[in-house]
Amino acid sequence: MNDPTQRISELRSEAEAAIAEAPDTAALEELRVRYLGRKAELPNLLRGVAELPPEQRGIVGRTANEARKGLEALVGDRVAALEAAELDARLAADRVDVTLPGAPPQPVGRHHLLSSTRREIEDVFLGLGFSVMEGPEVDLVHYNFDALNHAETHPARNRSDTFYVADEAVLRTHTSPMQVRAMELYPPPLYIIVPGRVYRRDSDATHTPQFHQVEGLAVDEDVTLADLKGTLLAFARAVFGDERDVRLRPHFFPFTEPSVEVDVSCFNCTGGFMRDGSRCPLCKGEGWIEILGAGEVDPNVFEYVREHGYDPDRIQGFAFGMGIERIAFLKHGVPDLRMFFENDLRFLEQFG
Amino acid sequence: MRVPLEWLSEYADAGLPARELGERLTMTGTKLEAVHGPTISDEHFVVGKVLDAQRHPDADKLSVCQVDLGGRGTTEIVCGAPNVAAGQLVAVVEPGGVMPDGTKIKRAKLRGVVSNGMILSERELGLGDDHGGILVLDGDFAPGAALGDVLPLATEVLELEITPNRPDCLGVYGVAREVHATTGAELKPPPWADDPGSTGAVEGVEVRVEVPDLCPRFTARVFEEVRIGPSPPWLKARLTAAGMRPISNVVDITNYVMLLTGQPLHAFDLDRVAGQRLVVRGAREGETIDTLDGQTRTLEAGEIVIDDADGPTSLAGVMGGARSEVSDDTTRVLLEVASWHAPAIHRTSTRLGLRSEASGRFEKGLSTEQTMEAQAVATRLMVEVCGARLVPGTIDVDVGGAARAGGDDHKRLRPARVDRLLGMAVPRERERAILESLGFGVEDAGDDLAVRVPHFRRADVTREADLVEEVARIEGLDRLPATLPSRNGVAGRLTFEQRARRRAEDVLVGRGLHEVVGWSFTEPGVADRLRLPDDDPRRLFVPVENPMSEDHRVLRTTLLGSLLEIARHNLARGRSDLALFESGAIYLDAPPSADLATGATAVALRGRHDGLPTEVHALGGLLTGRVAPESWRGAGDARWDFFAAKSALGAVLDALRVEWDVRPPGHPFLHPGRAARVFSGDTELGWLGEVHPLVARAWELDGTVAAFELDLGLVIANAPQEIPFTAFATFPPVLRDLAVVRPADVAAAQIVAVAAERADAVEVFDVYGDSLAMHLAFRAPDRTLTDEEVDERMAAIVATLRERLEVEQRA
Repeated sequence: MNDPTQRISELRSEAEAAIAEAPDTAALEELRVRYLGRKAELPNLLRGVAELPPEQRGIVGRTANEARKGLEALVGDRVAALEAAELDARLAADRVDVTLPGAPPQPVGRHHLLSSTRREIEDVFLGLGFSVMEGPEVDLVHYNFDALNHAETHPARNRSDTFYVADEAVLRTHTSPMQVRAMELYPPPLYIIVPGRVYRRDSDATHTPQFHQVEGLAVDEDVTLADLKGTLLAFARAVFGDERDVRLRPHFFPFTEPSVEVDVSCFNCTGGFMRDGSRCPLCKGEGWIEILGAGEVDPNVFEYVREHGYDPDRIQGFAFGMGIERIAFLKHGVPDLRMFFENDLRFLEQFG
Repeated sequence: MRVPLEWLSEYADAGLPARELGERLTMTGTKLEAVHGPTISDEHFVVGKVLDAQRHPDADKLSVCQVDLGGRGTTEIVCGAPNVAAGQLVAVVEPGGVMPDGTKIKRAKLRGVVSNGMILSERELGLGDDHGGILVLDGDFAPGAALGDVLPLATEVLELEITPNRPDCLGVYGVAREVHATTGAELKPPPWADDPGSTGAVEGVEVRVEVPDLCPRFTARVFEEVRIGPSPPWLKARLTAAGMRPISNVVDITNYVMLLTGQPLHAFDLDRVAGQRLVVRGAREGETIDTLDGQTRTLEAGEIVIDDADGPTSLAGVMGGARSEVSDDTTRVLLEVASWHAPAIHRTSTRLGLRSEASGRFEKGLSTEQTMEAQAVATRLMVEVCGARLVPGTIDVDVGGAARAGGDDHKRLRPARVDRLLGMAVPRERERAILESLGFGVEDAGDDLAVRVPHFRRADVTREADLVEEVARIEGLDRLPATLPSRNGVAGRLTFEQRARRRAEDVLVGRGLHEVVGWSFTEPGVADRLRLPDDDPRRLFVPVENPMSEDHRVLRTTLLGSLLEIARHNLARGRSDLALFESGAIYLDAPPSADLATGATAVALRGRHDGLPTEVHALGGLLTGRVAPESWRGAGDARWDFFAAKSALGAVLDALRVEWDVRPPGHPFLHPGRAARVFSGDTELGWLGEVHPLVARAWELDGTVAAFELDLGLVIANAPQEIPFTAFATFPPVLRDLAVVRPADVAAAQIVAVAAERADAVEVFDVYGDSLAMHLAFRAPDRTLTDEEVDERMAAIVATLRERLEVEQRA
């Protein structure tokens, strides 16, 4: 009888060679059955160990066991390698035209430019510590003019300028009536902005009878004109870019004293002139663009809310009002304000 | 206000180019709007002396002139004017010069004779309408002198925006004060410093003021031997540059003095003042006056008229009367300079649509002292320009004088207050210097400054804050540091409602809807086109009393009209797939309880509110055409209809966690079978449905148009603000399907509700004819349910459906 260990070693070599050359998982399975299956020679050898002479049992059993385990591991590794290769091949064959449109289509909606601009402004002032308040669009003459220190002769009161719905009620001409309304509701310190729709009797490419403003009001014991400048500088840089500067020009409004108009340095040119030396069409060569009116709240306005905690000797603050259309117009170059309310999809799809 | 630089410089000469001066003024509150170039600018315009004028050999109406141009030699010019004659000093433009209208002058041959330039008429120089002949210069000028040195034509003109609180700057001298304060240029004494007139009664003329409240001061002087005629060229040039048309010397003087002092004047032909007596009185309701523009004006009580012995002869402060107007025959002039109650002038000029240079100044409030300043300047010009003789004395009915004497023009300025309001320190001495440069009197008062306000700033500067503004604007706001408020612990945030509103809008945008912004205005006929019954609250329009157009004469009561308009606009431009929404206000002429949801009737509500209309923040959508572009996968062509719209609306309500359901019927503007109201419990939130085809047709829309509108405030009021954690089951659900057959009058929601009593989730996945199929999920928090347990629950659902709704399980 041959040396069983010799046979085991032959079987092992033969099987190892066959496994290494197996072309696919099916062939491997066949090899597994042939060398390791129930009827295969190697397991039979193992099972026959007990019949061997005692001095051979140990060595043959050990050798056969090692061979079996080695072959099992080899098959396992080889199966994993072949499966991976076969998956790669399958995936490589499963190719789509990735340039086809997504499906099903997901239509994209847009916020109106006025809404996205309003939110942008709101978010800047929320970050600066202001809360957002809203008020009625139809308001009393008292809040729209009287309590804002408008002289009896102020031209804005004229029916040629302002929409009236009753002798004492108008479509508000600015968001400023909320100054007094807010102070009636809340004691100082008060930091609010008031976005909303306003109305004036005016209609051309740069005026529409309805438009939108954002009012600002900051009242405390120590809110200065310098604070107004800093606040609006932060606003201008957030909305128009970090390189912007602002300047305050003295002006007149009935409900602020001192009053200023605020310009932002032009973001379309350098000092009023384009690179080719021509005059900037946006700022008309001035290098500055007017963006809003502002000032320190007039003591006469505080007199209307003195009993609500606004003693003008103790309390001071600033107010400002800007046009949302104007900000959007400046940022995006919309040529005609009437487009905001025409709602042509070709316009709506461009923004928001 | 147009201010000729040459005129301004007579009183304050900053020595700056026009634009630079304008920019300096801009930064102290007098904004430069524009710089208008000089009428004539270059060296081609000179004074010439006509040495000889001969008839042109080939033209009767032309003269060939030899003109001495001084150092420039003698030149030959052909002239067509009838009045040209040897010995005259004339205005000449040489070839190369550019005329005010832009024409460039060239050497030209006229009927064979070369003309080296032109001799100019007044009209050609922009000085007036006179084109009957050449302008003959009156004075001792050297031939060859620059014309701009002889006539104030070469000046640039500053166009300045004067804010309404500064009527003192509606006069050249007032602007000169600003130039002085802003640039430090020396301020020359005012033109009224020397008054050639005298005080005392004026013989034969009487003035009585019956309404001293409306006329605090009335002054008058009388001039005789007045020679009416054209004004001298320098006067015409200044008026023209300032934007006024020269008329005749007396009228021109009143305008000139107004432009210089800011105080309007009015000249009466004294011989046409009946009785030589003027009475200032309040108008009677309905009486009439013929104003000098040839119109008959009907007056209202409380307006101010000036009577002579024959009745009204002037509409005070607004326009003179035709009867007493100065004419070419006038020889005696009564010059009125008065102060008027600003609101009264404003009311009259606004009511009559007569807004003039004079009324525009009066209505801003002038000081009573300005009257005599204007008299002084005008008197000198009447004598110098019109050759008039001043009748001694001045009529001066000065009621305001007592008020002036009694009033206190002294204000206190606390330097600490300046720093506190501005947020920057201004040295006390600097404050004093600024105020003095503006004409204020300043004295020390302990730590403070006692400031006397000059009369021409009395109406504007009444409080300490006004003085702070004066200091700030001249000191320069560019010096202000840019600081942020200390805020004292205040934090900025959006309210729940504002955040929820953003979320609602974002949900629709995320589903492909475009936001629109419609007009608040509409016209009441929209209610008929929407087939609204007479008692529908949406007929409670807020009327606009003075609309800009007929189709904007009320405020909208629903967003649907706006959305239909916008849909029509886009469909007309070939866009048939529309998914639009608006988030905005609607307005009801009713008290707040009468919002869209209550169903209250118009008749019951109208006129019940004594305050403002109700404003509702609504969220409306309009959906038509394809839900999405067609897919290459061919997954069907979904189009907007009732259910697609319900899905979009439901996304909003579900995002806000509002409990909601829908219940028919809808509204008259909706398809009767495909519409419903939206409820949260008993609260009606709005409506949803397909638009009635007749309504759609009224807006030229075809096909299915779905729409919805919600009271967004009410929706958010029904949304939970606090969301507590709910424990969720970790054991897997048991899934079953249930198919049922239902009678026609049983709604799907009723069946789902029964199933939901025992199942943890119900999903309708098929509806066909009268059958309806659902996926049901059952779960317990602490274990997986056994089949037996689920069978029991299924049986209970089937039994309940049968008993309550006569709904049978499908075999």
